[in-house]
Amino acid sequence: MPFLLKVDRLTLARGGRTLVADLSFELKSGEALVVTGPNGAGKSTLLRALAGLLTPVSGSISISGAISGDGVDADDAPAIHAHYVGHADAMKSALTARENLAFWGAALGARNVRRDALAPDDVLRRVGLPQVADLPTGWLSAGQKRRVALGRLFVAPRPLWILDEPATALDRAAQERLAAEMALHRKAGGLIVVATHAPLGLEDAHELQLGGAP
Amino acid sequence: MTAGSMTAALRALFWRELKLANRICGGAAMGVMFFLILVTIVPFSIGPDLNLLSRIGPAILWIAALLATLLGLDRLFQSDQEDGSLDALRMSETPLELIVAVKCAAHWCATCLPLIAAAPLFGLMLAMDGAALAGVTATLAAGTPALTFLGAIGAALTASLRRGGLLMAILILPLAIPVLIFGVSAAAAASGGTVPFLTPFLILVALSLASIALAPFAAAAALRAMSD
Repeated sequence: MPFLLKVDRLTLARGGRTLVADLSFELKSGEALVVTGPNGAGKSTLLRALAGLLTPVSGSISISGAISGDGVDADDAPAIHAHYVGHADAMKSALTARENLAFWGAALGARNVRRDALAPDDVLRRVGLPQVADLPTGWLSAGQKRRVALGRLFVAPRPLWILDEPATALDRAAQERLAAEMALHRKAGGLIVVATHAPLGLEDAHELQLGGAP
Repeated sequence: MTAGSMTAALRALFWRELKLANRICGGAAMGVMFFLILVTIVPFSIGPDLNLLSRIGPAILWIAALLATLLGLDRLFQSDQEDGSLDALRMSETPLELIVAVKCAAHWCATCLPLIAAAPLFGLMLAMDGAALAGVTATLAAGTPALTFLGAIGAALTASLRRGGLLMAILILPLAIPVLIFGVSAAAAASGGTVPFLTPFLILVALSLASIALAPFAAAAALRAMSD
């Protein structure tokens, strides 16, 4: 059964201002949604709502289905099947890259220890940073930090990736790497919702244009 | 969800918190130094009257412990809020209430346990006798969990404020008054007096248990409301 993300008549407000009104869409296994729009159009607000971090004014967000043995129970919150990588990296600067990833692996991978979950060292090799494993992340550059943060997607695999400007601070090689990883994730049946200004190399993705700020 | 994997997640969180406390805040040393300085300035300010010092000793140790406990508590959720960790933690399968409780437990181990261990030593500087030292140590061990967990509510409410530390202290110190009253009266009763030791001590234990049971719900609700 394919994985399905269903958004039904979603209305979101921030500070009393309605940013998203009556939005409905469906996203199936292997599909990607690119959210675009000018600054302040509500891209991040929509992504945070999908991640369960923001309560909608009205409407509903639901998921169903299963991939790679990661099945959804009827009463599951969508958030526990999703990864949200936002502007903040969720890395503790005093901990090493390996410790940070190991922690997120344990904290986020609690439900199903999936076969495709990677150990922190393998993840660091995969994002091309095996040499920083023992460095506190406070010492890393912005781009390196972002790559370690994206490593969270692999220590605790989850079907839905919610990425807010994932390519920020990444160099060209890392951007290509990210595009390849996103393609692999979709091929394996995963879903991606991404807010971006830069082209990310997502093939035949759906596009959602959010209106301009008044 | 299996209980075992959630336990593993909470254990990982506990150790992460202890590691961070050791690497960032100087761990136990900082709180104990602050405690020592507070206890030392009292004899300087009221003069070297040994009878007076030994009479007010338990109260001084308790006030010092209260202030030392609040030290660093404002960062309990604020640092996680700033670097995005809190968002990711909220997306784990573990209920936020348990995450809050484990963070409080780790904070208590990192800051309060060293204070409790140091209290008998510092009590000697205030000319307290053996029974009073034992009383203060026992009441601190029983009462500081209440301070940490009550403080967590204030920390959660002020997590998104840039300079929330002072506001947190203002919110929490009034709530800490009952803990202080019963803590000091039990400590004083330990070295003689009309009240038996157990009466205020058991109320103190009850206050701690009640805050351990209820504060995580309040703090988790505050954290959820804050991000909306």
